[in-house]
Amino acid sequence: MSHPMLTVSDLEVRFSLTQSKKWPWSIPSVVHAVNGVSFTLERGKTLGIVGESGCGKSTLVRAIAGLVKPASGVVTLDGEEIDYHATADLARLRRTVQMIFQDPVASLNPRMTVLEIVSEPISVFFPELSKDERNLKAQAMLDRVGIPRRNMNRYPHEFSGGQCQRIGIARALAAEPQVLLCDEPVSALDVSIQAQVVNLLKELQDDMGLTLVFVAHDLGVVRHISDDILVMYLGGMMERAPASDLVLAPRHPYTKALLSAVPVPDPNAKLTPEILDGDLPSPIALPTGCLFQSRCPSRIDRCAAQRPDLTQDGDRFKACFVAPT
Amino acid sequence: MKTKKIMNSPEFAEAVAEDMLESRSFWADARKRFFKNRMAVVSMSLLFCLALFAIFGHQFSKWTYEEIDWSILGKVKTHGQPSIENGHYFGVDELGRDLYARVVQGSRVSLLVGFVSGILAVMIGASMGAIAGYYGGRIDQVIMGAYNITLSIPYIIFFVVWQAFFGRSLEQMIMVLVIVNWTAGLLIVRGQVQTLKNREFVDAARMLGLSDFKIIFKHILPNMLWVITIYMSIVIPEMIMMESLVSFLGVGIQEPNTSWGALISEGAKTMTFGTIWQLAFPAACFVIAQVSLYYIGDGLRDALDPKERA
Amino acid sequence: MLSVQDLSIRFRTGEGHVHAVNNVSFDIAAGQKLALVGESGSGKSQIALSILGLLANNAETSGRIDFNGADLLSIPLRQLNKIRAKEIGIIFQDPMTSLNPYMTVERQLGEVLELHEGLRGSAARARVLEVMDAVQIPDAKNRLKSYPHEFSGGMRQRIVIAMALLLRPKLILADEPTTALDVTVQAQIMRLLDDIQQEYKTSILLITHDLGVVAGFCDETLVLYGGRVMERAATKDIFALPTHPYTRGLMRAVPNIHEPHAKLTAIPGQPPNQTQPLTACPFAARCQDAVMDCHSSLPDLTQSAPMRACLRPLEELT
Repeated sequence: MSHPMLTVSDLEVRFSLTQSKKWPWSIPSVVHAVNGVSFTLERGKTLGIVGESGCGKSTLVRAIAGLVKPASGVVTLDGEEIDYHATADLARLRRTVQMIFQDPVASLNPRMTVLEIVSEPISVFFPELSKDERNLKAQAMLDRVGIPRRNMNRYPHEFSGGQCQRIGIARALAAEPQVLLCDEPVSALDVSIQAQVVNLLKELQDDMGLTLVFVAHDLGVVRHISDDILVMYLGGMMERAPASDLVLAPRHPYTKALLSAVPVPDPNAKLTPEILDGDLPSPIALPTGCLFQSRCPSRIDRCAAQRPDLTQDGDRFKACFVAPT
Repeated sequence: MKTKKIMNSPEFAEAVAEDMLESRSFWADARKRFFKNRMAVVSMSLLFCLALFAIFGHQFSKWTYEEIDWSILGKVKTHGQPSIENGHYFGVDELGRDLYARVVQGSRVSLLVGFVSGILAVMIGASMGAIAGYYGGRIDQVIMGAYNITLSIPYIIFFVVWQAFFGRSLEQMIMVLVIVNWTAGLLIVRGQVQTLKNREFVDAARMLGLSDFKIIFKHILPNMLWVITIYMSIVIPEMIMMESLVSFLGVGIQEPNTSWGALISEGAKTMTFGTIWQLAFPAACFVIAQVSLYYIGDGLRDALDPKERA
Repeated sequence: MLSVQDLSIRFRTGEGHVHAVNNVSFDIAAGQKLALVGESGSGKSQIALSILGLLANNAETSGRIDFNGADLLSIPLRQLNKIRAKEIGIIFQDPMTSLNPYMTVERQLGEVLELHEGLRGSAARARVLEVMDAVQIPDAKNRLKSYPHEFSGGMRQRIVIAMALLLRPKLILADEPTTALDVTVQAQIMRLLDDIQQEYKTSILLITHDLGVVAGFCDETLVLYGGRVMERAATKDIFALPTHPYTRGLMRAVPNIHEPHAKLTAIPGQPPNQTQPLTACPFAARCQDAVMDCHSSLPDLTQSAPMRACLRPLEELT
């Protein structure tokens, strides 16, 4: 029986704020960074995660990657649950899941050459290879992402942002992962370069059968690359649906507001953004009821009293009392 | 036609230029910048000469540093001045001992104490700082507590008490200097590690499942070696200074062994009798060492600090 | 009103010169909204800084920047200070860098009024409240005593806009005003700038990398690449039918949320190396339509519509 590549159910991540403590012994306040996110991702598909800054989308992928420890919830990789405190499970996670990062330059060690950077994962995951074999494999990876071979003994600062991101991709793929987590991989790049990297990711996905989780704040890019889109707000999941359904017929009021604000490169389309009142509530003191209720234009009384569960309608999911089904 | 177009393109020219350009590592770059700095290079050679003098100086001496020249004793003021004939190149001290041999010995002790205790202190401080910065939390609190306590100890009193208990040997001197200064570099390394550990390349290393030890030594340490190097260039002259100060005050190295501070102290006491050479030679060595270490440190800072890079 | 003529900016660095801006000319009429669009390295921010006289110390400039008859590049600092305080309002990308974190909003805005108009006390407060209302800060009266960090990112940017409006400038220079903000907030700020422009009748020079922001806002658009003007036209024309190969490439590279399956066509290659003086079109190395001449000659911007600097614009292609 085939399993979905990655399932996440009811994942929560919390941070304690030790600096905020009044006394060494007092209980630190807690930031609720991710509050109950669930999704299923089939092999070879792409899930886009969108939301505004502070919505917990980066923390979510970092938790899946094991870079921060989830407080609760279950992550299942290829049918088997991952226990983030068990060494064997973490080893399996590292072999299967790799990540590319937002800041292409900061994600490369400035004191290592490109070849050293890309061969490091090979020496970790394929220790049986000789040095020559390892270098050959790393070079093949660099060829694949379009970094000329003559540059492989250079240092990261000698490359442009787009090239650095390609090197980051080569490093992640050198581990031969099945799942690639992309944490805002193109937001630091110029549009003309951004398209190169998005196209490269798509190509690599087709060639290698990769499963992608793609986090971004740019809905245009996310829609372009994703099969499904998940919308987050204040650490919670608002809506998840197939990409075009979500963009063409958003159901959750927050998704609607977000979409209405996306600028369109068409001077005749006069933008009519739905203005959200107020500010993002603090993730330290979450609102009662629905996470979005304090700013929701279509709020009803029930929203403040009770947090809506995720409801399913075909292949669409939403957490809202008001939204049409 | 097509190849012609490509060969004519700036892209092609760039590729050719890139091929010819040699890629230099950070350290190769820094070395190049350091050697462009005239003052630093001159200081480096001066310090090198001073080190040669300290190591091989005894070879040229007719006297040892503890031998008393009985023929001069008692008439130091008139017969003790520097002279080539009787072999006292720097003259003799108040007790008729050859000052050249004593300055060589003093340089040996001072440089040895300065470099060994400076390097040890920074290594300990940097390791503690790295541990505090990387792990944070309770470990950080304990180390920072120890740091604050150390800062509040008056070090000269500590010296006196320590040496009363354990004697006044060279090893004790180095040990006590390290104990007083083990916090050197701690704060700066701790801060660096705190920034670096949140950089994405460290996350990438963690994604490979590398151990903390490997992450610290392979990914974090090489990125702050420059800070440690600069810090060391500050701490070593400080150590020499501190050693000289306590020796000057008479709680340092035990007679007949000596150091710059002790020699300067003796020279200063008898200066009014007209035996100025007893002060001048050790003081000159001390000043040369301090000034050249300062300019070397300055050169290192310019060469290594990434903010200065255009 | 503002006229930039033949502006070149280069920076001395340890490894030679960086030619950031190369012979750029443009002008803005009173009440006009002009966008400077370009990617990083296009020189757009350097142009903004040169208008304000805020270029880094290692910059060398040539050309003229005429603002109501004064050449901003050559007038003495005192006079420049007066002009840039009173007649040009500035909005930067990061509101936190424009605001002093240790001063309340009222003092910060009040100080500007006291310095330039000698207003104090209740008169100053009334003016501050007026602009804070104009930028739609809710409950402005009670927030006068707040410090910048007590506001959200969007509100802070509103305060910066309020500060820019305080002396009723003739020109507002907005350098990536919404880049640090989320889309929902960006939409609010752009709409606010639009309202303010209508009300105060100022000119706006918007500097951005985001074509989407330009489309809904500016009358005219200037596309920059490698420190050169590539194309200048009415915004609606540029979006309807871009004629310069770079502009066309840029449009195809932006994913449009409403046209999901149009393939993204990336512009191949890397941003230009600016260490050599320009002798050819900076875009030629990445241009699909380039011919031999493109690599050896530097086309000038045509003086009548369609204004562009290209040997191979759309209609020349067969």
